[in-house]
Amino acid sequence: MEQFLQQLINGISLGSIYALMALGYTMVYGIIKLINFAHGDVYMLGAYIGYFCMTFLKLGFFPSLLISMIVCAILGVTIEKIAYKPLRDATRISVLITAIGVSLFLEYGTMFFVKPDPRSYPPLTGFLAESYSIGNLVIRAKQILIICITVILMVLLQFIVKKTRIGKAMRAVSLDRDAAQLMGISVDRTISFTFLIGSALAGAAGILVGIYYNSINPLMGMMPGLKAFVAAVFGGIGIIPGAMIGGYFIGLVEVMVSGYGNSMYRDAVVFAILIIILIVKPSGLLGKETREKV
Amino acid sequence: MPILTVNKLTKSFGGLMAVSNVNMELEQGELVGLIGPNGAGKTTVFNLLTGIYPPTSGYITLYRNKKEEHIQGLKPYVICEKGIARTFQNIRLFKDLTVLDNVRIAMNKNSGYGLFSSFFHITRSYKNYEKEILEKSIELLRILKLDHKKDELAKNLPYGEQRQLEIIRALATNPCILLLDEPAAGMNPAETAQLTEMIGWIRENFKLTILLIEHDMSLVMKICERIYVLDYGMVIAEGTPDEIKSNKRVIEAYLGEEMGNA
Amino acid sequence: MEKFVKTSSKNVRWKASAVKWIVLILFYAIIQVLISTYIINDYIFSTFVTVCINIILAVSLNLITGFTGQFSLGHAGFMSIGAYTCALITLRYSTQFGFIGGLLLGAVLAAIVGIFVGLPTLRLKGDYLAIATLGMAEIIKILFRNVLEDITNGAAGLSGIPQFVNWTWLFIFTAGTVALISNFINSSHGRACISVREDEIAAEAMGINSTKYKVMAFVTGAFFAGIAGAIYSSYFYFISPDLFGFMKSIDILVIVVLGGMGSISGSVLSAIVLALISTYLQSFPELRMVIYGVLLILIMLFRPQGIMGSRELSLSDMKKWVQGIRRKNGGIA
Repeated sequence: MEQFLQQLINGISLGSIYALMALGYTMVYGIIKLINFAHGDVYMLGAYIGYFCMTFLKLGFFPSLLISMIVCAILGVTIEKIAYKPLRDATRISVLITAIGVSLFLEYGTMFFVKPDPRSYPPLTGFLAESYSIGNLVIRAKQILIICITVILMVLLQFIVKKTRIGKAMRAVSLDRDAAQLMGISVDRTISFTFLIGSALAGAAGILVGIYYNSINPLMGMMPGLKAFVAAVFGGIGIIPGAMIGGYFIGLVEVMVSGYGNSMYRDAVVFAILIIILIVKPSGLLGKETREKV
Repeated sequence: MPILTVNKLTKSFGGLMAVSNVNMELEQGELVGLIGPNGAGKTTVFNLLTGIYPPTSGYITLYRNKKEEHIQGLKPYVICEKGIARTFQNIRLFKDLTVLDNVRIAMNKNSGYGLFSSFFHITRSYKNYEKEILEKSIELLRILKLDHKKDELAKNLPYGEQRQLEIIRALATNPCILLLDEPAAGMNPAETAQLTEMIGWIRENFKLTILLIEHDMSLVMKICERIYVLDYGMVIAEGTPDEIKSNKRVIEAYLGEEMGNA
Repeated sequence: MEKFVKTSSKNVRWKASAVKWIVLILFYAIIQVLISTYIINDYIFSTFVTVCINIILAVSLNLITGFTGQFSLGHAGFMSIGAYTCALITLRYSTQFGFIGGLLLGAVLAAIVGIFVGLPTLRLKGDYLAIATLGMAEIIKILFRNVLEDITNGAAGLSGIPQFVNWTWLFIFTAGTVALISNFINSSHGRACISVREDEIAAEAMGINSTKYKVMAFVTGAFFAGIAGAIYSSYFYFISPDLFGFMKSIDILVIVVLGGMGSISGSVLSAIVLALISTYLQSFPELRMVIYGVLLILIMLFRPQGIMGSRELSLSDMKKWVQGIRRKNGGIA
């Protein structure tokens, strides 16, 4: 039983990371129907920026988190302006290929500059380095931190989406871009804002992973990026609560498979979930079927 | 025995009743019109007839070779094989292919060689069938006066000829029933007159039964022998052009006073 | 896609055909001589092998993605099936028969897997399909790395695979792949595949079973990718699961996109060009990938149809090219 609770906590921590990333995927897909392959690499850059801040600038965790989120937000908007905006009316395959190109550029560009060897985050000090035990259960402060920050960010996101004008604009553009434009909504600005938020969340996920697992490398974004995408699809691509649910689901599944089965298979299980979902209900858990007009 | 019978055909999308209890009959060789306001469900009926999606309930019966067959819910390519061909409201040509290829692809049913021949072009069956498909396609284009443009890319054709090509392509599948979805859309009166003549001509020469969706009343009233009127997914009237023109419900829902008095 | 129809007369066609055969045989003979006299050494030949493998991979992927419009990001998975099958068989039966048997079996197994990858296309389109194929290739990789560890030696890979690939085999399989897939494109089945790409709904309405042709494209593409994999393992004598991951699939995709999705000669050309670039940048592997990334972006932004678009290189093109050069150099041609 304790094993199970332990895995549960680990799963929720990992799930938080996936949820943060899945949100970025789902918002971008919802608004311009693009699978942003480069999203995992924004997350990777978030981790590196955090590393840079904490190791070289000797900043604490929270300032580093903020800087990481801001820089990633700017990066996301820049990528959108340069690579995706010109292709807004192109076929989805064209944009997907471009996204792959951006991803390669970011991964190997980073590798070129910082070398492929993994780096370690500096050890945390203060209360963040603590662990708490309840019986045989170990809860690390880092895990509490990740879960808390994730929850705060998700609440913030919900607030922005539901209660602000820009949030309403995001929802409008994702439903019908042309109609939104006719209603006076600046589609360009709305899309940029979506990338901004999504990338900021990815940046946060990156630095959180950095302090959680300690080790970062330029290709660290690929697998988690794919898995976060699976999470977004599982919950219902384009649906924000879906991304949250999906993220936690995939995180828990992965940890359970590792813990109770064989950690070798955990990637395979996640991909198997993807394929099953795509075949059984492509619109995901919370999604609705849409029809092509003939 | 009518060649095509539609019985209590119903289609709902979620809560929306797109087509509701529609009954229709087509006799062999007839030219029938299907009219109604936008959103009445006309294209949905076509889509149901051609298998794009299955009906929620109801039957579609095809009578061919002295046999009756229910075809509702079958896949589009199966229905095409059974002899129903169509054109689309928004032109769906194979844009990056030539006129000739658009027609040849529709002749796929006639292709009688297997995979081996596709890879190794040395077999007799490959040579013969390719020759046959080529000749038949060019001949079809010639009859319908588009053969001079056979090597032109479909997307480069003027609008009127694109619509014409869609019809030719549908004919290439060797149908017994042809469904035309707003073939005159976007055409000027001269083009429409030409089209009207063409439709009558192909009905004669290819021995077809034709069901036609159109908004252009000059075409419909001139050429259709019978007309069904659809509104909100239901058939609100059926009859000859004269009967329809003076039908009060139809005038109210669709035609308007002027047409009624025309 | 401009000229499907050989509207020229029979005589012209015979001539063109004969010219092609003569050029091919000459090319084979010349290279063979150069190899036998060691003018082409092992290092240069290995570049040949890489180019040819990439040609086979690119042309087979082009069939699925360029001609049939099914975006597949898992092509390396098919390649790995051919590679491992052939390797395992030749390690057991180190003969020419073993090699050919292993190669064919690998290709057939890859083709069978192609059925399973192709079937979901019934429900999936576009980028969803892309991700699903990516996932399936990853599953295949995990299969070779973990599940079948006892046979495949897992992550450590298989080494000491006997080398059976020589110029003759290489030429036969490469030229054969290009010829067979070209032929397929110019057949009624090929035309059906292309119509599925152009407009699936219209194709179905014209009597074409789109699922059948999508699966056909996947199976055929997988078959030839399997051959490429077998050639790889039978020349480079070492394979491991990580060689056939997402990056390899991307590599192949870049070749197809650069050459033009829907152009076989484009794939051949770009395979050669990119192989040269790779060899040149061998000491800077990260830079190569950065360039690939930038290349993809630039192509999509400025020339999405790639080098050849969906046209094929024809004799008349080459004549015009030669004439163009003559004119530049000689003033009045």
